[in-house]
Amino acid sequence: MRSFSYERAASPGAAAAAAAGTANAKFIAGGTNLLDLMKLEIETPAHLIDVNDLALDRIEETADGGLRIGALVRNTDLAADIRVRRDYGVLSRALLAGASGQLRNKATTAGNLLQRTRCPYFYDTNLPCNKRKPGSGCAAIGGFSRQHAVVGVSDACIATHPSDMAVAMRALDAVVETVRPDGTTRSIPIAELHRLPGDSPEIETSLEPGELITAVVLPKPVGGAQAYRKVRDRASYAFALVSVAAIVQRDGTGRVALGGVAHKPWRVEAAEAKLPDGAKAVTARLFADAKPTKDNAYKLPLAERTLAAVLREARA
Amino acid sequence: MQISGRLELSRRHLLIVGAASLAASSIATPPPAAAQSAPTGAPVMTRVSFDVNGETHQLELDTRTTLLDALREHLHLTGTKKGCDHGQCGACTVIVDGRRINSCLTLAVMHQGDEITTIEGLGTPDGLHPLQAAFIEHDGYQCGYCTPGQICSAVAVLAEVKAGIPSHVTADLNAPLRLTNAELRERMSGNICRCGAYSNIAEAISEVAGRSA
Repeated sequence: MRSFSYERAASPGAAAAAAAGTANAKFIAGGTNLLDLMKLEIETPAHLIDVNDLALDRIEETADGGLRIGALVRNTDLAADIRVRRDYGVLSRALLAGASGQLRNKATTAGNLLQRTRCPYFYDTNLPCNKRKPGSGCAAIGGFSRQHAVVGVSDACIATHPSDMAVAMRALDAVVETVRPDGTTRSIPIAELHRLPGDSPEIETSLEPGELITAVVLPKPVGGAQAYRKVRDRASYAFALVSVAAIVQRDGTGRVALGGVAHKPWRVEAAEAKLPDGAKAVTARLFADAKPTKDNAYKLPLAERTLAAVLREARA
Repeated sequence: MQISGRLELSRRHLLIVGAASLAASSIATPPPAAAQSAPTGAPVMTRVSFDVNGETHQLELDTRTTLLDALREHLHLTGTKKGCDHGQCGACTVIVDGRRINSCLTLAVMHQGDEITTIEGLGTPDGLHPLQAAFIEHDGYQCGYCTPGQICSAVAVLAEVKAGIPSHVTADLNAPLRLTNAELRERMSGNICRCGAYSNIAEAISEVAGRSA
């Protein structure tokens, strides 16, 4: 690990200003992903800004009946919150499907959104990776790509976003609140937070340099039968090959977002109009522009069958 | 308060010191690879104090020091084990302010004022923690390397169930919890046992939880 200086920020604004004013600085919250990458020297910050003292660890009800989740709320606490369990079951389920008990105790809401891909070629510093070293090429394309993205891919990158939580938040139309280094705040719909790789896969979000996530806001509950179904190589403590977050209403309408298939949580609102026609019609639209590799083409029928199972359960 | 890092010289220490002075005296020895990969890399030292097993410790550490390395290399509490050092195996599990975490994936400097419990703080050879006794009773290990992490994790799992925290296999998120074997296995999935002693580990924890596996 490269050496770094360290400070504890006293306010969100001060943290953002410090991040913008210090060369090669990074925020650290739970640290479970960042330290892993720092040990491998994939992340090499010269300065860490510890944001754990910021009072961003509460879940509050908003004026319009939703929830404001502080950026530092731990995954365990968010999944266990009685309001989330009752009104946003898909989010509790997604969180509980991710990582291990130890990691969920540390990992934060904002950190979970900003975690980086687990593409094995991104992790292998001996191989080219446009995300790790822009312009060096992509070893996953033409490599072993069983775990990789099938849709929204580019010639530069076929990595997936690893989060389960973000997939549920995408289905819930969550909004990310931030503070920028100049002290101004803004709200970013989660659909616009994560980027597709395009020709700059190293730029993963729409956040500006130094911009700090302070909260994630959930709109008022939408009801319905909510489910998160994750398919993986072992029953626990593994990343998704495919996952489905779904909210299905009594009248057959609903929302669907997929994990494990793209560089961001994959939701196509137009596909949801096909819900009354069944899983095949929905996934046909979701994957209309899919470009799978030979290794990961199985994800298309797997996602369809997983969605079919979720819909069957939701309508039972 | 105890100022740590100054223990009596052990045989292991003498061997390390001996090896270091041997390297220093050899002019042809190339610099270590780590130094080459860190051109800007002068270590940054910082002070931190926290409680471990009820005793306050004050340390001066390189900012890079993980909680795991602080416990093992600086406080010489070697019960906590380093397995993968990447949060994948759970051998380094300790309890911080009542919650289990991977001590390898957190910096020591981030734990100012925290209360940390390691396997050494749960029981002693003469006064075993009920889970330590149950692991022995049920033969919940072979090589034993993952055991301190398994036991720290299990202590926290029982507290999590008592607090009503749901898991991936909890059928109804809004109903009271029952600690079934499936619940227990899901909750312990962050602790890998290479020897495969899982069924005995599950029995040991179940016995302490008051149910059969």
